[in-house]
Amino acid sequence: MGTNIYGVILAGGVGSRMGNVEKPKQFITIGEKPIIIHTIEKFMINPRFEEIIVLCPSQWVSYTKDIVRKFIGETDRIAVIEGGAVRNETVMNSIKYIEEAHGIDEDTIIVTHDSVRPFITHRIIEDNIDAALEFGATDTVIPATDTIVEGKDNETISSIPDRSIMYQGQTPQSFRALKLRDTYNSLTEEEKGILTDACKILVTKGIPVKLVKGEVSNIKITYPHDLVVAEAIVRGEGNVK
Amino acid sequence: MLNKVYQIVSPRQFEETFVDIELDSSSVIVRPKYLSICHADQRYYQGTRPEEVLKKKFPMALLHEGIGEVVADPTGTFSVGDEVVMIPNFPTEKDDIIAENYLRSSKFRASSMDGLMQEFVIGPADRFVKLPAGIDPYVAAFTELVSVSYHAVQRMIRFSHERRNVFGVWGDGNLGFITSLILKKCLPDAKVYIFGIDEYKLQDFTFADGTYLCSEIPEDMRVDHAFECVGNVVSGQAINQIIDYIHPEGTISILGVSEDLVPLNTRMILEKGLRFFGSSRSGRSDYEGLLKLYEENPDIINYLESIVGSKVEINEIKDISNAFETDIHKRLGKTVLIWNI
Repeated sequence: MGTNIYGVILAGGVGSRMGNVEKPKQFITIGEKPIIIHTIEKFMINPRFEEIIVLCPSQWVSYTKDIVRKFIGETDRIAVIEGGAVRNETVMNSIKYIEEAHGIDEDTIIVTHDSVRPFITHRIIEDNIDAALEFGATDTVIPATDTIVEGKDNETISSIPDRSIMYQGQTPQSFRALKLRDTYNSLTEEEKGILTDACKILVTKGIPVKLVKGEVSNIKITYPHDLVVAEAIVRGEGNVK
Repeated sequence: MLNKVYQIVSPRQFEETFVDIELDSSSVIVRPKYLSICHADQRYYQGTRPEEVLKKKFPMALLHEGIGEVVADPTGTFSVGDEVVMIPNFPTEKDDIIAENYLRSSKFRASSMDGLMQEFVIGPADRFVKLPAGIDPYVAAFTELVSVSYHAVQRMIRFSHERRNVFGVWGDGNLGFITSLILKKCLPDAKVYIFGIDEYKLQDFTFADGTYLCSEIPEDMRVDHAFECVGNVVSGQAINQIIDYIHPEGTISILGVSEDLVPLNTRMILEKGLRFFGSSRSGRSDYEGLLKLYEENPDIINYLESIVGSKVEINEIKDISNAFETDIHKRLGKTVLIWNI
């Protein structure tokens, strides 16, 4: 079964928030390569991953396979498959794929990551794997810098939580795959309907999720100005004087 | 791949950036694990080099002493997980006479290219040398510095006349300690005397045949050959003292760096027919020779353990500044960074 640890790159977005850009945002180029390629490369370089599974909308599967071949080359360590209708269905698809292609057991770990966070670091990935092996589930976070305000009626403040215990969620989120799937399947449709991310599957059932320190630079490229920021922090060539 | 690089942008200020690097079939990718600070890094950190030099060099990742773990090697030279020392010198041509570290076209990490403060270090396979299993990683971190001493000792053997009974090493800092230790191991029959200014530091040279304060050198002291490991403008005083105490036709190795010109007693250099040679940096053959010397003399590692001054965990960018500040305030020893970032 090898390392029994899998990278899961979630590329489900169709890019509707990126203004007039036609391609989903993960396919936009920063530096010399599409964003998703930068992200996959960081996972590829980590020898602890048995395979990296890339999940994208069905109409982009062939395109993604082509750019993987073009920029990374032929490899049997990357599988490009179709995602689901929503984020957690996509994660479930990755688990189903692992089960069919490699077999699965209770020690199988998945490290799920947004394809549009190309500035993921080796340290964050390593910390995720180590914490997932020890605790069973992780969420990558950074301390909140803005004050979080709750407005239950969307009109007025209902509370202002103590910022010192507030965090902003990033990815990766890493899990024991079987535990995640079993818990997800135990949820009612109503419970599933309010899930915004995979960690909430476990949190809904009171299962602890270990916090892993993220990085401010581990940004999610969501809006057009994020692309400008991303381009600005990438230096083109090596620094030779 | 987007590689995170930690660069100094102005004295005492580090920033992170990403460099898009090509993962080609000829490059080995190494994750740095233990890095060590050198005086050259401190000159950039504290901004003590001339303004125009700093302007040209910044922004740049510092550090050129370090070891790491191979994460990918398409060349098949290493296995994933191998511990390697990283050679900071990058020759761009081959020359049958001039060594790789003296070719003016060579690049050097943390001087003419980014240093080791990176998420991954990438280079051709011959820029990495596999470390012996079980070596103390804190000592291995400054293998580069030891290889510079090894290189100078090999050159001394090459350039000096054959009467090599007594050596003097001027300087009681890290470089003096390492050079005299390597000298003693390469030429075990020779007497090695250390000349310094700090009695407390001199007490650590337990392997030497004698230690002396520069102000209290016996009148009749004479050495066949000598090493200068002092540096800065005071290296002039050390070299002039060597000229006084060395036998005629002796050879003097200069290893200390000075930003300023150093006045020398040239009359006596001529009268005694002395030979001087400079040494700087090292090349692959020095790393290979040194690692063999480690294998033959395992106690070298033990001696070098005694100069590991501080071990600083680097988990975020501010820890880097803390490591440099710790290094400034240390009395002696090497500061080793545990590179977790």
